[in-house]
Amino acid sequence: MTDPLPAQLAAIREEFLSLEVRDRLQLLLEFANELPELPGRYAEHPDLLERVEECQSPVFIFVEVDDNRIVHLFATAPREAPTTRGFASILVQGLAGLSAEQVLAVPDDYPDTIGLTQAVSPLRIRGMTALLGRTKRQVREKIDA
Amino acid sequence: MAVELDPAPQLAQFAHPERLVTTEWLQEHLGTPGLVVVESDEDVLLYETGHIPGAVKIDWHTDLNDPVQRDYIDGQGFSELLGSRGISRDTTVVIYGDKNNWWAAYALWVFSLFGHEDVRLLDGGRAKWEAEGRPYTTEVPTPAPVDYPVVERDDSGIRAYKDDVLAHLGNPLVDVRSPEEYSGERTTAPAYPEEGALRAGHIPSAQNVPWAKAVADDGTFRAVAELDEIYRTGAGLNEGDDIVAYCRIGERSSHTWFVLKHLLGFEKVRNYDGSWTEWGSAVRVPIVKGVEPGEVPSSK
Repeated sequence: MTDPLPAQLAAIREEFLSLEVRDRLQLLLEFANELPELPGRYAEHPDLLERVEECQSPVFIFVEVDDNRIVHLFATAPREAPTTRGFASILVQGLAGLSAEQVLAVPDDYPDTIGLTQAVSPLRIRGMTALLGRTKRQVREKIDA
Repeated sequence: MAVELDPAPQLAQFAHPERLVTTEWLQEHLGTPGLVVVESDEDVLLYETGHIPGAVKIDWHTDLNDPVQRDYIDGQGFSELLGSRGISRDTTVVIYGDKNNWWAAYALWVFSLFGHEDVRLLDGGRAKWEAEGRPYTTEVPTPAPVDYPVVERDDSGIRAYKDDVLAHLGNPLVDVRSPEEYSGERTTAPAYPEEGALRAGHIPSAQNVPWAKAVADDGTFRAVAELDEIYRTGAGLNEGDDIVAYCRIGERSSHTWFVLKHLLGFEKVRNYDGSWTEWGSAVRVPIVKGVEPGEVPSSK
């Protein structure tokens, strides 16, 4: 396998890279607006969510791995933090439907490759890298359990 | 020509009331010739979700920093940036932003390095504007470019470099980071990404006054009496002091710089923008761990 990048993540990357740098922010904003609401079982239980300390705004994630080993990522971040919401939304959409093994195979530097380091600064991208890292860690914990 | 000052009585208590405007004043004055409103946020997408009508965006990282040197843009870059935003040398600039005007104060400080004369903060920033239900738009203005002169940045008055801080030891230092960063428990702000410093702790003798203490619950600056309690009584700052403030990369401390310089009227206040990311990794500079300020080393 030469390119382990799942199709949705590859498509998201292509979409960003096809745009001028300034338009990439608009696309990130679209992602931010598309971040799905948490399902009720988490909205009512914030204690189940893990705070991603590396992000510049409060963002919380929770990962489920179902009986078919499919990963479901849930995330929430405040409306006043659209960048963080955008990062979370990219991962929620990009990882949707993937198996645990596919998620674990996503390159750790994926966030650095989607053309946002110029638009939003490398520092902020670290928040997304951390989101991915924590997601993978939760996946590992769940499949080991 | 400068736009008239905000006469609001609550601003009159400050040493330099001309550095602040209220949300009421700004709404009334939107569209006034000679006034440009600038939004500068921590979250770089916030402006795109809606901003004060007519406001232009300036991002601290992509607009104000030099992409190669760890430094600010030069006079040419500043001229191009401001000219493109429709700001000329005599424009009245009002800056606002998220997170208690944290990045807005930083932008104001950079404007001050270039001696832009009339630059003010919106007291309460974005949060207060929003809480009061004032107008937002997603329409991005396209200001007609104007000429802004190429002025040489003057770092001497309000910016400190590492060597300046070494020479300054023994004079008042304010560390505006969180208590956990100050004591050395961690090198970054809680919930903020690792920016890399080899050691954790603080500069010897620095007083710890987290920056956000200067702000009330509604996002406006605290009254002078409360600020005096925090900075004069609490941190022991006195009239005539030569003060250096620092944080992690110089952004939070530009907020404190604004408070000390413009609200409390300390004459000599510098922001050490190299801050902990530089100091905590620099060779042969002393640090202190723990909650006490610690002693200035007798010899270097």
